[in-house]
Amino acid sequence: MSESMNSKPEGRREFLKTSAVVAGVTLGPGVLFYGVAQSRAPEEGASSANRWGMLIDTTKCGDGCDDCVTACNTENGLSGHTGPQDSQWIRKVDIKDLRTGYVQSLPMMCQHCENAPCVDVCPTGASMKREDGIVLVDRHSCIGCRYCMMACPYKARSFVHEPLTDQNPEVPRGKGCVESCTFCVQRVDRGEQPACVEACEAKGHKAMIFGDLRDPESEVSKVLKSTDSVEVRADLALNTGVRYQGI
Amino acid sequence: MAQQLCMNQSQCRTGQYIALLALGGLVVLGAMYAFFTLEHHGHVLTGMNNQIVWGLPHVFAVFLIVAASGALNVASIGSVFGKQVYKSRAPLSGMLALALLAGGLAVLVLDLGRPDRLIVAMTHYNFKSIFAWNMIFYNGFFVIVGLYLVTLMDRRLKGWTKPLGYTAFFWRLSLTTATGSIFGFLVARAGYNSALMAPMFVIMSFAYGLAVFMVVQSGMYRWNGITLDDGVRRRMKNLLAVFVGASLYFTVVFHLTNLYFAKQWEFERFILLDGGIYTTVFWVGQIFLGGILPLILLFLPRSKDAQKMCFCFLAPLLVILGGFAQMYVTIVGGQAFPLPLFPGHEVQSSFYDGVVNSYQPSVYEWLLAMGGVGVTFLLTVIAVRVFKFMPQDDFKTLQSRRGTD
Repeated sequence: MSESMNSKPEGRREFLKTSAVVAGVTLGPGVLFYGVAQSRAPEEGASSANRWGMLIDTTKCGDGCDDCVTACNTENGLSGHTGPQDSQWIRKVDIKDLRTGYVQSLPMMCQHCENAPCVDVCPTGASMKREDGIVLVDRHSCIGCRYCMMACPYKARSFVHEPLTDQNPEVPRGKGCVESCTFCVQRVDRGEQPACVEACEAKGHKAMIFGDLRDPESEVSKVLKSTDSVEVRADLALNTGVRYQGI
Repeated sequence: MAQQLCMNQSQCRTGQYIALLALGGLVVLGAMYAFFTLEHHGHVLTGMNNQIVWGLPHVFAVFLIVAASGALNVASIGSVFGKQVYKSRAPLSGMLALALLAGGLAVLVLDLGRPDRLIVAMTHYNFKSIFAWNMIFYNGFFVIVGLYLVTLMDRRLKGWTKPLGYTAFFWRLSLTTATGSIFGFLVARAGYNSALMAPMFVIMSFAYGLAVFMVVQSGMYRWNGITLDDGVRRRMKNLLAVFVGASLYFTVVFHLTNLYFAKQWEFERFILLDGGIYTTVFWVGQIFLGGILPLILLFLPRSKDAQKMCFCFLAPLLVILGGFAQMYVTIVGGQAFPLPLFPGHEVQSSFYDGVVNSYQPSVYEWLLAMGGVGVTFLLTVIAVRVFKFMPQDDFKTLQSRRGTD
């Protein structure tokens, strides 16, 4: 009786010890991974503690290189066709200063404005901005009126003109709805970089830096702090999430 | 039954009436065919694209909506400003306003990418969007003008006419202000982005609405073999001339303001000088056919017989034509001009940056757009047949008042 009484606490200790080890082995990597990747659980909403943004260095952007465009098309299931009715979420724009003749090439996509005109004008609220600054279109409430396309200063939006097949399940699209660059939100929520940024880095140009503008320790924040950068159509005071260096 | 269905007519002319119904019905059927085809295949069958996102259907829809609020003006002059000549025309004016709005909204809704989600548009409102406010104004317009019409046509409710007339008047001003602001609030495009858009649309609505009213009125009088009183005709002629003149004035101020801003020069050059079809439609359609020529026709001294033609039918018809031209230049021309993405730079891309965008409306867009006119026509033809919308002028009172107001 006394033996059995004595053995119980030991058994409990063993049990707690084993549980702790199992729990540590199971949860540890997850916690570590969470810390590294800054990803969050699906049920956890986007937080205003972050503001995702991008800095594009036009001096590093390769003339004739469109790897960012190809990567975007692959990731988001776009056809890559460039007819007037085809969707283009990101495009390479060549600009030439009319006075000096200076030529540059840069990628242009949704600028994820803080004061987004597309969000303001959308009658149903389908065009919306997440807490973390990513501007998206809710595929369930977009009625396809295209007023957001009229309002966007960056010509960043496309209307799906025909039925779609072979879609990427992670990136639902639909005939009759408006769409645009999502900063590859499905990747960002997993703690990854947008496809265009990854492709640019893989090519060795490193013209695009993506990160949290609210985190002073993020690479994008550090570079922005030490480099002169501008917004496209800064006169509109939209506080874009995408900034450019070198123009 | 046949007698009851043509209470406004001196003779029933049933055969011709059925022909009119068939004509309107065919046009509406054509629009339904276009709608179902586009619903199935998508907007790939239209000439609209990612550059010109609003095309011919929007030109027709916005014209009809703007004309709707303008058509109500005749009733407002009667109820709000107490002019007897217009009071007797108030029911026709209210009915036309509803028919025009129904036609315009039909096109707007049927052109949506997802028309099946209309319920979403009716239940989810982003109150920062002027488009959402427009939906409220459109729906409210049906209710307010509908009730106003009931009070105009039922003597027992006469006491309600004035308050509802006032409400309808302010509601229609708000509606057209909001419609103009759909364009005025577009911050980034050179062709829009102007506070002038709202008042300009209001004054243009006066002209377009009155023009539609005069054409319909002329048609009704001619159908019944009645001659419109000279005094009434003169007053409406003068009023139309004032509205057409005011529309021209706003157009001049709009472009003069742009010409003063260096950043707008390229856009003005495009519309006024080298914009191809848009320049032609602006000068020939909007300014000459829709403005100057109607004014000449309205004021040209002529013999009494010749006046009848120009006053009541041709001049307002030209104003309507000019209205469509104005909407085409404003809506399609405004998008055809490239977005100023990098001012001071030449811009090129696979997404047609920096180029004048081309637009060729397809047959489906024509069918859809004409369907709006068809809906308005059909509703009007049915309404004037089954209700008493024929203006009932008290000519003795008119005679005594002539020259006093």
